[in-house]
Amino acid sequence: MKAPLAALTLAALLAVSACGGGARDTGAAQGPQPLRMSIWTSNEAHLKLFKEIAAEYRKAHPQVGEITFDPIPFETYTTTLTTQIAGGNAPDLAWIMENSAPDFVGSGALVPLKSRIENVGELVPSATRLWEQGGELYAYPFSTSPFGVFVNTDLVKAAGQKTPRELMKAGQWDWEHANAINKAVAAKGGNGLTILNFDYKAWDNLATVWQGWGAKAWSDDGGTCRFNAPEMVEAMTFLHKAIFTDKSMPGPGTAVDFFSGDTAMAVAQISRAAMLEDATFKWDLVPLPAGPKGPYAVIGQAGIGVLKKSPRAEQATDFLAYFANAANSAKLAAYFPPARSSLLTAATMAKTSSMLNGDQLQEVVIDGIEKGVVKPSHTGQAELAQTARAALDPLWKPDADVKAVLDGVCAKIQPLLGG
Amino acid sequence: MTATDLGDRVAVRAAARPRPFWTIPRRDALVGYLMISPQLAGSVLFVLLPLGLVVYYSLQEWNVLAGTFEYVGGANYAKLLADPNMGQVLASTALFSAGLVVLNLTLALVLAILLDQRLRGTTFFRTLFFSPVLVSLVAWTIVWQFLLQQDGGVNGLLGLAGVEGPNWLRGDTTALLSVVVVQVVKNVGLNMVLFLAALQGVPRQLHEAAQLDGAGAWTRFARITVPQISPTILLTSIITVVGSLQVFAQIAVLTQGGPGLSTTVLVYYLYQQAFQFRHLGYGATLSVLLFLIVAALTLLQWWLRRKWVFHES
Repeated sequence: MKAPLAALTLAALLAVSACGGGARDTGAAQGPQPLRMSIWTSNEAHLKLFKEIAAEYRKAHPQVGEITFDPIPFETYTTTLTTQIAGGNAPDLAWIMENSAPDFVGSGALVPLKSRIENVGELVPSATRLWEQGGELYAYPFSTSPFGVFVNTDLVKAAGQKTPRELMKAGQWDWEHANAINKAVAAKGGNGLTILNFDYKAWDNLATVWQGWGAKAWSDDGGTCRFNAPEMVEAMTFLHKAIFTDKSMPGPGTAVDFFSGDTAMAVAQISRAAMLEDATFKWDLVPLPAGPKGPYAVIGQAGIGVLKKSPRAEQATDFLAYFANAANSAKLAAYFPPARSSLLTAATMAKTSSMLNGDQLQEVVIDGIEKGVVKPSHTGQAELAQTARAALDPLWKPDADVKAVLDGVCAKIQPLLGG
Repeated sequence: MTATDLGDRVAVRAAARPRPFWTIPRRDALVGYLMISPQLAGSVLFVLLPLGLVVYYSLQEWNVLAGTFEYVGGANYAKLLADPNMGQVLASTALFSAGLVVLNLTLALVLAILLDQRLRGTTFFRTLFFSPVLVSLVAWTIVWQFLLQQDGGVNGLLGLAGVEGPNWLRGDTTALLSVVVVQVVKNVGLNMVLFLAALQGVPRQLHEAAQLDGAGAWTRFARITVPQISPTILLTSIITVVGSLQVFAQIAVLTQGGPGLSTTVLVYYLYQQAFQFRHLGYGATLSVLLFLIVAALTLLQWWLRRKWVFHES
């Protein structure tokens, strides 16, 4: 019987060790409750500020355990988040990007917040629109961040060009002039203009250009494709020429990094300024160049919501109310433009922003929020984005027929828009 | 005491004592079952149960965000038949798998034959060709992503030879070819080692006898080597075919299925539908389709082995 006994013991040991993981959770449930927030940034400065706010909150709330901020890479953020939810590992709180706002808000996955947010009345309507349904607010508009153009002024001057700020003063800061500068930088061996996160895939970032032509991905009611409208064809023709004829934008498959100093301009949001802390070159931040339809601004948004599935939804909502109160919004404004009208002044924001000056904040952020439109978003955005990406791919070739490609995009996405 | 008395007493004692339950064969069987039970439990828990669940999920519509889970019968299978992308996805999958299997097996066999020679330096080359197998898949793919960029290392080398290389990961044909080559170079060493072991098992006297009979190198390869190593060819082809249908990370890193749908193979499409588009029920349906394709191809190869694998006829 020795051998069977040994085997039985081995099997029992394996079974016991396999079941051992569950004990931790039971123990943890009796002590202070931890909270977890999914975020897309892993920037040290951002995380430091979040942790400071969390530490302050915990001092007054001993029943709340550790508050962790769980960075998920930007490129796969929403996919990872929803997979965590499907797998029963949902965070208590999550940043939600504007492109998935309709899905999250419309599905009822989020806890209503209106009655819990301090001075909710001062949130500017353009910032809350995406996150509201039936008069209720389902995510706090944590960052309402207009896109601007970061400029490497060293590279621009080395190419013998006027800086964008000089062009602004002369009333000439438009896409034609911007393109000429970038063409000159590229001719000298540098990279011209890059649109951060676009990489010839995330096409919704191109709204930062096509809005200057008055173009839209789809109609305001979301039911009709507008990719093949004349203004969009014109805007995309401009981009195609810039990429393949003027070479003023790095082509597909080219790796560029504005923050390392090899690129003249980058279209991005102000939260990226934190990456310029150790920059070895002189830089500036200016608004998007004017398009044929005049000056414009495009806004990227992120909200923070509490997931209904969280077993600690009440504590999470309470923490969010603290995280988003006026005092903390003022601190967070250094990187994430607030939706609170009382804080939306260049002077207030300049107090907390170590990287940007009052002019930059006024021109890009304050004016941008006032006149900006939010990047395209739609129910079922992930499938729409992927379908449009596949249909747009033929555009990123030197001999592309722009109009034919854009007609193809509409043929593919119209069924998804519901038409 | 007579001999008969003794025999009777033994017989009575034997009849009085019941036969023990734990006979030697039973003990052996119990030991065997207990020994395999962790593996069996793992297989049931991590293979059979998920397989059953995938079929179950394919009959449901699961809205992750809303938290709804609804039985929809065969709706996902009807969607599969009507899916306008399915034709291109299956075509990309077939092209990718065929390219990968042919290139991998051919190259592995050629390398194994070359490295089966008794020459100086063969150990170095065996190590060289096998080493990519040990490298982390994602790290390997990311390095290749840089090499295959428009201004990357591959085009830099081509430029030295005066050739202007294409934008490998952006062209419809070159993107698929690039993913195939990256995967082949990564894994060819494994098949090469298996072929090498098989080649070294081919009796030398068969070659010598054939040589004495006047058989040339090609005839000896085709009539002696190939039949002798055919069980290994079967094994490597099954492993490579099944592996080719499961390639995911390389596509996720290198092309994300593009340009267009040219590198959207079935397993990547499944990922997109289930995890990116959150059509988990439809994703499960695609999993069932993938399972059926893998099973059918494996069974086909297993059946065909009787026709061409030496020792199996």
